[in-house]
Amino acid sequence: MSTAATTPDEELEPRPNRAQAAVGWVIDRPLIMLSVILVLLLIACEVYSPGYLSANRIGTILQFSAPLAFLAAGQTLVMLTAGIDLSVAATATAAAYIMAGQASRGTTVALLIALLVGLVVGLVNGIGVGVFRVNPLIMTLGMASIVAGYLTVSAQSFVTGVPLVPDFVRELAVGDLIGSFIPKSLLLWAPVAALILLGLRYSGYGRMLYAVGDNPIACRLAGVRVWQVLLLTYVLCSLLAAVGGVLYVGVINAADLQLVTPYLLPSVAAVVIGGTSIFGGVGGYSGTILGAIILVVLDSLLTLLDTSQAVKQIIYGSIILLLAWLYATSTKRV
Amino acid sequence: MTTVDEAGAVVGRKGLDWRRVVARHGWTIGVYVLLVLLIIGYIWALAPVTFTSFDLNTIAIGGLPLAFAAMAQSVIVISGGIDLSLGVMVAVINVLAASLMENKSFGIALLIAVGLMVVGVIMGTINGGLIVLTGVPDIVVTLAMSFVWGGVALLIMRTPGGGAPGDFQALGTGAFLSSWIPAGAVIIAIVLLAVWMPIRWRRPGFAIYGIGSERARAYLSGVNVSVTRVLAYSIGGFFAAMGGLAATATTGIGTPYAGNFITLNSVAAVVLGGVSLAGGKGGLVGPVAAAFCLILVPSIMVFQGIDPNYGQVIQGALIVIVVMIGGLVLLRERR
Amino acid sequence: MVSRARGYARAREHPFARLGGAFIADMSLLEVRNVAKRYGPVVALKSAELIVEPGEVHALLGANGAGKSTLVKILTGVIRHDTGTIAVNGDEVRIGSPERARRVGFAPVFQDPAMLPDLTVAQNLRLTRTDIGGAREWLERMDLTVDLTEMTSDIPLPMLRMLDLARALARDPQLLLLDEITAALPSDLAEKVFDVMRQWRDRGRSVLFISHRLAEVTATCDRASVLRDGRTVGTLEPRPGEEEKIVELMLGTTRSQLAESIESETREKEVEVVEAPAPKAAVGEPQLVVRNLVVGDDQDGVSFELRAGEILGVAALEGQGQDLLFDNLAGERKPRSGEMVVAGNPFSPRTPYEAIRAGVVLVPADRILALLPQRPIRENIAAPLYNRITRWGPINRRDETRRVQNAIEALSIDTRAQRQARRLSGGNQQKLTLARWLAAGFTTMLCFDPTRGIDVGTKRQIYALLRELAEAGAAVLLFTSELPEIQLVCDRTIVVYRGAVTGEMPAADADESALLKAAHGLGTVEAAA
Repeated sequence: MSTAATTPDEELEPRPNRAQAAVGWVIDRPLIMLSVILVLLLIACEVYSPGYLSANRIGTILQFSAPLAFLAAGQTLVMLTAGIDLSVAATATAAAYIMAGQASRGTTVALLIALLVGLVVGLVNGIGVGVFRVNPLIMTLGMASIVAGYLTVSAQSFVTGVPLVPDFVRELAVGDLIGSFIPKSLLLWAPVAALILLGLRYSGYGRMLYAVGDNPIACRLAGVRVWQVLLLTYVLCSLLAAVGGVLYVGVINAADLQLVTPYLLPSVAAVVIGGTSIFGGVGGYSGTILGAIILVVLDSLLTLLDTSQAVKQIIYGSIILLLAWLYATSTKRV
Repeated sequence: MTTVDEAGAVVGRKGLDWRRVVARHGWTIGVYVLLVLLIIGYIWALAPVTFTSFDLNTIAIGGLPLAFAAMAQSVIVISGGIDLSLGVMVAVINVLAASLMENKSFGIALLIAVGLMVVGVIMGTINGGLIVLTGVPDIVVTLAMSFVWGGVALLIMRTPGGGAPGDFQALGTGAFLSSWIPAGAVIIAIVLLAVWMPIRWRRPGFAIYGIGSERARAYLSGVNVSVTRVLAYSIGGFFAAMGGLAATATTGIGTPYAGNFITLNSVAAVVLGGVSLAGGKGGLVGPVAAAFCLILVPSIMVFQGIDPNYGQVIQGALIVIVVMIGGLVLLRERR
Repeated sequence: MVSRARGYARAREHPFARLGGAFIADMSLLEVRNVAKRYGPVVALKSAELIVEPGEVHALLGANGAGKSTLVKILTGVIRHDTGTIAVNGDEVRIGSPERARRVGFAPVFQDPAMLPDLTVAQNLRLTRTDIGGAREWLERMDLTVDLTEMTSDIPLPMLRMLDLARALARDPQLLLLDEITAALPSDLAEKVFDVMRQWRDRGRSVLFISHRLAEVTATCDRASVLRDGRTVGTLEPRPGEEEKIVELMLGTTRSQLAESIESETREKEVEVVEAPAPKAAVGEPQLVVRNLVVGDDQDGVSFELRAGEILGVAALEGQGQDLLFDNLAGERKPRSGEMVVAGNPFSPRTPYEAIRAGVVLVPADRILALLPQRPIRENIAAPLYNRITRWGPINRRDETRRVQNAIEALSIDTRAQRQARRLSGGNQQKLTLARWLAAGFTTMLCFDPTRGIDVGTKRQIYALLRELAEAGAAVLLFTSELPEIQLVCDRTIVVYRGAVTGEMPAADADESALLKAAHGLGTVEAAA
């Protein structure tokens, strides 16, 4: 049946009251709200442990945020298309592990191999979701099993020579650029972040990404070949995950088969907190960056408070739920 | 009663329409065929050791918790939702049972079990309630809740431990009537018949299928969509509790970490079992068989001397291929 | 008791009581007064009035977008009204849910039957707490038999409607709401429906009959209320032969006045049609040729030609294959057989992309299909510009702005609600779809019911634009479900029945009755008295 009738004159919105307007203003600009939350968390850290906020500490926070931010970057792209990628952790681990195993072949080769891992996984995901229209949850879940399982089985065969984390990677991951609070990983993170932010806003691909997430049917009618957009997106996601894995192994300096698994759910959480809708079509990477940092700082705070792992998890989950609820109520205002 | 409807087609029903039975239940039948094939494969892989009732029992034990989790996830997916915290909920009930039942008598253990079933329902209701009340998508809510419930499990028991009385364990590990009928299988059958069937073939069941199938039309038909959604999660919580009790019975201890494995595999079992992720279609019987299939694959591998981690690969590949084929079929239909 | 008295007094002094001669002896069954409803910035109903007496068949009329469906949704509990009162038998009610509507004694039958596809018929009945025996009785009275254990998804639409009707009747409601029930219903089933309606009235109950088909309304209804632009503009007794008067009430203007205003609007505009990167036909050759195209199963082959610079209208009843025809032309679906030729070259697009590359673009009826709801106007309009990989690089802002601005101006799109397209009014949303192709360029435009659910003012603008586009050299194929409007804008019209052309006429001859005649493939529509 047809939808509502209209009168062109009466299209302006009814005026909300002051309080609603204030809350609405803040929620509409998630970056502000997230920054406030971040600052509050940092202050809380300082309060519980005076002297906590040193330049060193900030550097460490950024170092630990970087890998998560890369995983979450890929996740952002995928969630913008109304999908999800639950294989990022497995891909990151595989990329890191294989890179470390192949390190004896030279740093460049090892890094290229790591990226290759990301490319392959991304291609399979992209073909499954884009061409075969498989539900992304299932596809990436399945791929996660395949990748993790295969890695475990063939762990040995991926190692030629002595497995180690190349110096270049190590330096990039934990080295300092300026003082001790600007880490070298920013040299990688900042340009990539800029590329993503600019790409999302000013490239044809960025437009298509949002469009596909918003209404894939409309896209098809407009002549967009949706499978192409999805394929590229999942490839980019896995590539970014691979980079994240490499950075992470650089930070931890030890490769094991469950390396990045703890970052899987947080990668989704960072995107959700950052204001990108899981239904796609709305959001961006800037919120995700803040979301990732917030999660890392939150984790620090909870460690400071000497909370048990159990309580940490409960608070973690509750905060994600709370923020998601805030976003849900804000979009309902429309 | 034969029918000729006015639009020209003849719709007939003469006795038991085999074509219709196959069309409606084909997938489920297929999964059971697969299960039988895998059991045969298991027997073959075991050779030259003979396959005894003990082995059948082992299979039943291994798959029991996952089977219940699959039932839980099925109900929720049929209603159009999903619960990514199921595995963790199973873990919570598992550790609760193991810590409460330790050194208690069988009777007390049974009472505790019933109490924990109620706890499961409450947990499911909380999940469903949050989804409906906050308006946040089910994936996000249950993802967040998986942290919360996971933390709760850790609070109850930091490291694996606890225990349960032998008689209670026998419920999961023993045999019923003959040594060839695993008690676990019997319990699944009882739960399906006594709990699910009455719901499935009455209004609450129709409502659950309805909201999964076409939510707007269900609303127009007078269904209280919110209540039905929560109901599906509550029922899921009940089955999850059964899974947790099964885990306690079959392993004898509580493990706070096992959550992830069960969650992912419950989704796999649901998909393999013929339940549509879009909702509204499928049943619980298929996913139960699918759960056992998923368990059998790594076991067969072990006997063949293949690294069981390949099992993980196969499980993943199996899901992906099955769903890809499903996608292909849909694509063909569109053209 | 007080409300009863008030209701009684109000009924007596109701102005419309003098019109149409309805004698209000006691409480009206249903009294809707001053009901208004808005969705954020969009006003669906300004002030709706409706009085239904017991024992009458009352029609609810209005052009698409007049607020009919909103009022029906309010009465059936799908949405709640903002202001105004609804009284049933004198008692004021607030119908907040479908269940509540049911308890108040209303039983709706929707155009899209509210039956769940994955349940059997019997299960659907039990779900809605319908007396299965009662439903069977009604089916028998209508001379229909259905296997109740059949899965609803296996039952064809006309039969589902009848089932829905039987279900509604089994509830023994005071008011039966039939929402476009005869749409896509074969005439024998439609007859049964009219029969039932009469029976219901003779029992002292009432029917609210919502329909587009004025011929049916004048033949079966006792009274009719007309909505226009969210207001009730009149209540009358619909008599056969008075359809034109009703149309005038619905549109707020005579047909000829509307045609004139479209003409003048067209002359005012100068529209730049962006060159499409697609071949144009040589002068004198048709832009699009369709030969013996079988668009689907159960359809005959259709053949016609479309020239650049003309608007070819397509008239058809529901479900005659016109949707499949457009899908074939737009690249959404493959035809069963036959051929299509664009600008002299064979045309068999496998995807919409290929059709667009050949310059053939589609404006669908359902805005939901074409809109990017959460994206701003600019992105909506510019969408096709980036539909191939070569355009995925950095955006050329200047080019994009030029094209988008041009399109916005040509269509007079209200850009105040900038941030998300879903905040726009229905009319503006539909304009976005058109604007898209203006910006991207095309040679042949396929418009499938572009003015469905649109207010008259916007209709005028869209039709004017289509004329202007044709004058600038585009080829336009236009299907509209509003048969009276075909004459306003098309140069020629073909009538389609069962997928084949059963009539072709120039604009001057294409009035509603001629079209309907050809559309049915038989004589004029008659309903038994």
